[in-house]
Amino acid sequence: MDIAEELAKKQKEISVAEFFEKNKQILGFDSPQKSLVMAVKEAVDNSLDACEEARILPEIYVEIIRVDKDEFQLTVEDNGPGIVRREVPKVFGQFLYGSRFHSVRQTRGQQGIGISAVVLYSQLTTGKPARIVSKISNEDVAYYFEIMIDTIKNRANVLKEEPIIVNKKSGVKIQVNLKGKYVKGKQSVLEYLQNTAIVNPHATIIFSDPDGLKIRFERAWNTPVEPPKETKPHPLGVEIGELMQMTSRTGAKKLKTFLTGDFSRISDHLAQEICNVSGLDCNLDPHSLKLDDLKRLHEAFKKVKILPPSFESLSPIGETLIKKGLKNVLGDLKPSFYSIPVTRKPSVYSGNPFVVEVGLVYGGSIPHDEQVKVLRFANRVPLLYQAGSCALTRAVENIDWRKYGLEQRGGEGLPVGPMIVLIHLGSTRIPYTSEAKEAVAEIPEIMDELDLALKESARQIKAFLIKKEVKAKLTEKFFLVQKILPKIAEKSSKMLNKDIPNLDPVITKIMNVLWIEENVKQDGKNAVVDVNVSNFTPEVKNFTLYADIPDGKVDGKIMPFGEYDENKDYIKWYISTMRPMEKITFNFRLRDLKGEYGETVYYIEGTDPVHVVGAEPLPGDWNLEALKSIIEEEEEEENGEEQV
Amino acid sequence: MEKSRYEMALESLKSIVEKIHSDLERGEVPSMELPARTKYNIVLDITKGVWKYGDAKITRSAKKIDGAYTLLRTMYMMDFIREMIEQNKSSTLRELYYISEGWDLAKFHTQDESNKLAEDLEIVTRFLREDFKLRPEEDGATVIGNITFEEINRKGNPKRINCRDDVGDAGYAIPYNVEKDKLKIISYDADFVLAIETGGMFDRLVENGYDEKARSILVHLKGQPARSTRRLLKRLNEELGLPVLVFTDGDPWSFRIYASVAYGAIKTAHLSEYLATPTAEFIGITASDIVNYDLPTDRLNEKDIAALNAELTDPRFNTQFWKNEIELMLKLGKKAEQQALAKYGLNYVTDVYLPDKVSELGI
Repeated sequence: MDIAEELAKKQKEISVAEFFEKNKQILGFDSPQKSLVMAVKEAVDNSLDACEEARILPEIYVEIIRVDKDEFQLTVEDNGPGIVRREVPKVFGQFLYGSRFHSVRQTRGQQGIGISAVVLYSQLTTGKPARIVSKISNEDVAYYFEIMIDTIKNRANVLKEEPIIVNKKSGVKIQVNLKGKYVKGKQSVLEYLQNTAIVNPHATIIFSDPDGLKIRFERAWNTPVEPPKETKPHPLGVEIGELMQMTSRTGAKKLKTFLTGDFSRISDHLAQEICNVSGLDCNLDPHSLKLDDLKRLHEAFKKVKILPPSFESLSPIGETLIKKGLKNVLGDLKPSFYSIPVTRKPSVYSGNPFVVEVGLVYGGSIPHDEQVKVLRFANRVPLLYQAGSCALTRAVENIDWRKYGLEQRGGEGLPVGPMIVLIHLGSTRIPYTSEAKEAVAEIPEIMDELDLALKESARQIKAFLIKKEVKAKLTEKFFLVQKILPKIAEKSSKMLNKDIPNLDPVITKIMNVLWIEENVKQDGKNAVVDVNVSNFTPEVKNFTLYADIPDGKVDGKIMPFGEYDENKDYIKWYISTMRPMEKITFNFRLRDLKGEYGETVYYIEGTDPVHVVGAEPLPGDWNLEALKSIIEEEEEEENGEEQV
Repeated sequence: MEKSRYEMALESLKSIVEKIHSDLERGEVPSMELPARTKYNIVLDITKGVWKYGDAKITRSAKKIDGAYTLLRTMYMMDFIREMIEQNKSSTLRELYYISEGWDLAKFHTQDESNKLAEDLEIVTRFLREDFKLRPEEDGATVIGNITFEEINRKGNPKRINCRDDVGDAGYAIPYNVEKDKLKIISYDADFVLAIETGGMFDRLVENGYDEKARSILVHLKGQPARSTRRLLKRLNEELGLPVLVFTDGDPWSFRIYASVAYGAIKTAHLSEYLATPTAEFIGITASDIVNYDLPTDRLNEKDIAALNAELTDPRFNTQFWKNEIELMLKLGKKAEQQALAKYGLNYVTDVYLPDKVSELGI
């Protein structure tokens, strides 16, 4: 018998409980306070994954009741598809039982060690069984289970199994008692749920804490999230141990068909080449491969040319949902700026596809004198621990934020300012620094992408801060010409017994700006937009103003004399003579708005842009027609996806 | 009938208002021009031996918010002065500051702001703030020694005071107006004037009877001396021909006290020929004294060092003596107080230190 197999047999005989006890740290149950967070996390991650798979909008109820000084009863209930009766004991009562082998995709579940660890922890600390109710939509009744884990045989010990009536279509409810410590604030259950709500705006999460306080994170997006597609593993993303597992479990009889059938990106031709390079006969039975053969095969993968992995297995959150999530959960802070979230193009490290996303929130009641908060996510799951040694934090620290208008001592480390940074790394394999899966390792390819995404976001912050400064200066000048200057005129005239002079020429000299400002009044899907244009320059102006409407359709009349071309989706005003100190108000209505109306982008042509505030110069090569067609293409793609 | 100096001052102020008003009428951004009040814009008047403002001007314009505020305050202050002159009232600088509370946007945020603006008006009009009916508070600087003044008291009667026999230990308090119409010098019997920075040292010299022992007039500067103190020193020097010696702590700030007595202060360089005593001598404490007398010291702090470095680029200190002293102090990294001389006993300053220093100067 192979020595490896012999070892494997021995390993099975080690009690699971013993394994757990020895590896508590690895499994994340190393402190009473963390244990409670871990238990919630395992259950909630499972619920979200299950809902996603079934294309259900998740509604998850989490309840923690204090039973004793250090014993809590945790209940997590979802509206997911439920688990079929015969699978329930395996899912909850068998250690390291997974539903998916040999498929690669970005799921939350790969991060924990599974819900069975929670059941086991509960059993070890309180001696009580886990109570589970599961209902699937095909059956009329739900089933109630009481399960413990037989730690010697690593099998579920079902203490009770009976049908019960529940008033819902489908879903799972798990209830466990466990020892722990409930905390608030940093690294708490609440923080975990809040951050989860940010990156899952399609979910409603309700939390009832030990004090009976109920916190609701309401859904902000009514379309279920598309689950990422499963793909076969990419040869470069497979480690030797996995390769061993794959050969032992494959249905293929020959090495060549194993390579073409069980991996992505391997053609017949390439399989032949791999066999040649590794010196293995392509007709060998893959099950017969020894460790040494596998090593040669693994080496051969690196020597041949293989297409990078497909990105279908990735599931970025996307700009829209990141923004929705941030607004939904952090809206109470009344931030003055949300960056347009950056979702980078997918990239690859060691054969594993990954994607990086960044969203920034600035201002409002976010503290000004504290280090910025970094919200870290891996595959849509919040990372709460080991922030200091995590690549996602490091990437923020590596940027010289002073260039972007934030304070940062020495140009490194976390900057100080009213900002929250959201970073999401999605990958079929997140490169954690350790088995505890709490921090991401600094992989060069990932660091590069993080840097680019953060800088792209930081540039937006800078642009925002510059605009803010320009506005502040102008506000100051408005005050100057409207309050101070008239007083100077009044006082001097009084002292000399003279008339108060007309101040308009002086005002335009001081302001010297063409000021464009919009005022939006929204009512549901309709909005009225007033555009005030004031000529605070000493010259007569002659220009064309364009309003580029980001959302909705222009409805009814545009006042006065604006041209609207429905196909081009912009409004154009031509102003032939606008005298100094003259003010014009334009007005248009919008319908079919999708959400809260953002800002109209104004472009101006025919006047010096240096003295314009509130409109961008119309670039020479800026072609509204072309821009429009790009937008349409994107919309078609989106629609196309929805129909699938 | 001839115009009073108040009326002339008011006319001069009105010409500033005229300029602002005509700017507005012509559609120009209102502005006023005044000399730059920095150490880079003071020049030595060779004939008078004092430092005055040079030709560099700054323009205060309503184009920027700060300039606009200052112009507005200028308008309010001038209107207030007009009112006082017309109603024959006067106010202290502190009162002016408090009165501005009612000026809405034009109110001052610190008394420094209002003091400085009053000085600006002096500079532009070449009148004194007293001509604007503005006066400083009495600052408590005092004189002890054998000199007799005749002061017109608040009842309008002349009152003779001998600063040795008619005063208590605190001495004769210098009034804010020391011009001849207010204060006459009747007689004196002394060889020199000693101006002292700190109250502690002044008291020590008084207790030791240094005024009689050394035939000196002791003047307590009370830190950075007020205009009236400097004006009085100048009169004692010019009218009586008495040498003025300045005795201060040994630190960068005290060097500046001496400079303001001898050369004129940067802040009041427009009045230097009226306030400065170019022949005033610095006695100490010098940096060399720290070494020669082995005085107890304190370490220079960051601000001290910055002040010393600033003095190296201050034209008033551009002499070999000061260069050596400042550089030595920087090298030592130490400063010393006048009272550090007490290390050698309470009489050391009057028995040894001052006699040494004074004879060095040939007095």
